[in-house]
Amino acid sequence: MTISRRNFIRNAVALGIGTIILPPALMADRAAFQTEEFDKALGFLFTDTPIVTSDKITLKAPDIAENGKVVEIEVKTDLPNVESITILSEKNPRPLVAQFNFKGKVRGWAKTRIKMGGTGNVIVVVKADGKLYKASRQIKVTIGGCGG
Amino acid sequence: MAIHKKSIRAKAKLKGEITEVKALIKHPMESGFRKDKETGDLVPAHFIKELKCEHNDKVVMSAIWSGGISKNPYCAFRFKGAAKGDKVKISWEDNLGHTDTRDAKVK
Repeated sequence: MTISRRNFIRNAVALGIGTIILPPALMADRAAFQTEEFDKALGFLFTDTPIVTSDKITLKAPDIAENGKVVEIEVKTDLPNVESITILSEKNPRPLVAQFNFKGKVRGWAKTRIKMGGTGNVIVVVKADGKLYKASRQIKVTIGGCGG
Repeated sequence: MAIHKKSIRAKAKLKGEITEVKALIKHPMESGFRKDKETGDLVPAHFIKELKCEHNDKVVMSAIWSGGISKNPYCAFRFKGAAKGDKVKISWEDNLGHTDTRDAKVK
């Protein structure tokens, strides 16, 4: 097939639109990570989808963290078809810490180390089967790990 | 950039039908909120913004991170469907555009 002028223009336009359309999803994520307000971060990520508190999520973390720079967080859930695990820390300058997105067959399990700005709740939001579930836990922080 | 070469240590272990991937990365993870102790200036942000894990060229996990992850980040997760000897590829990109990649064999 020869490349006609029309086809060329159509492709060029399609490409152009593609690059314009793609970002909003990404932009929402970026905005969520930039935001300094806890509720807004959730809003950017999940819009208005209700989040149900679930006892099927286990959030393993120390009750008292001596050093806010390193707080180990372990998330475990028996919920089927886990799509993502999001970790937020209430007292951080930017509350949204991390989002793990899974594709294919996974076990609802993740472990990482986060920084905490001060004593406050760590909230975990699990997306499973298109629905949102959350669990939270208060962690006392002796020395904050954000700034200073 | 040279400073980020061989920054990843990764292990993938098969237990039953579940593969557990553990990754330890050498990275400063500066949030941009920390002040330099001597000068009092804010240390510019420098953190990993995306971590990806591929199994047989398919992404099984992609994480978006902020500067809220600890320095020299550690991350572990589990997935199904891998066999012994399979290759698992871990890669990251930070906010300054640096990248690194590492392969691990499922044991």
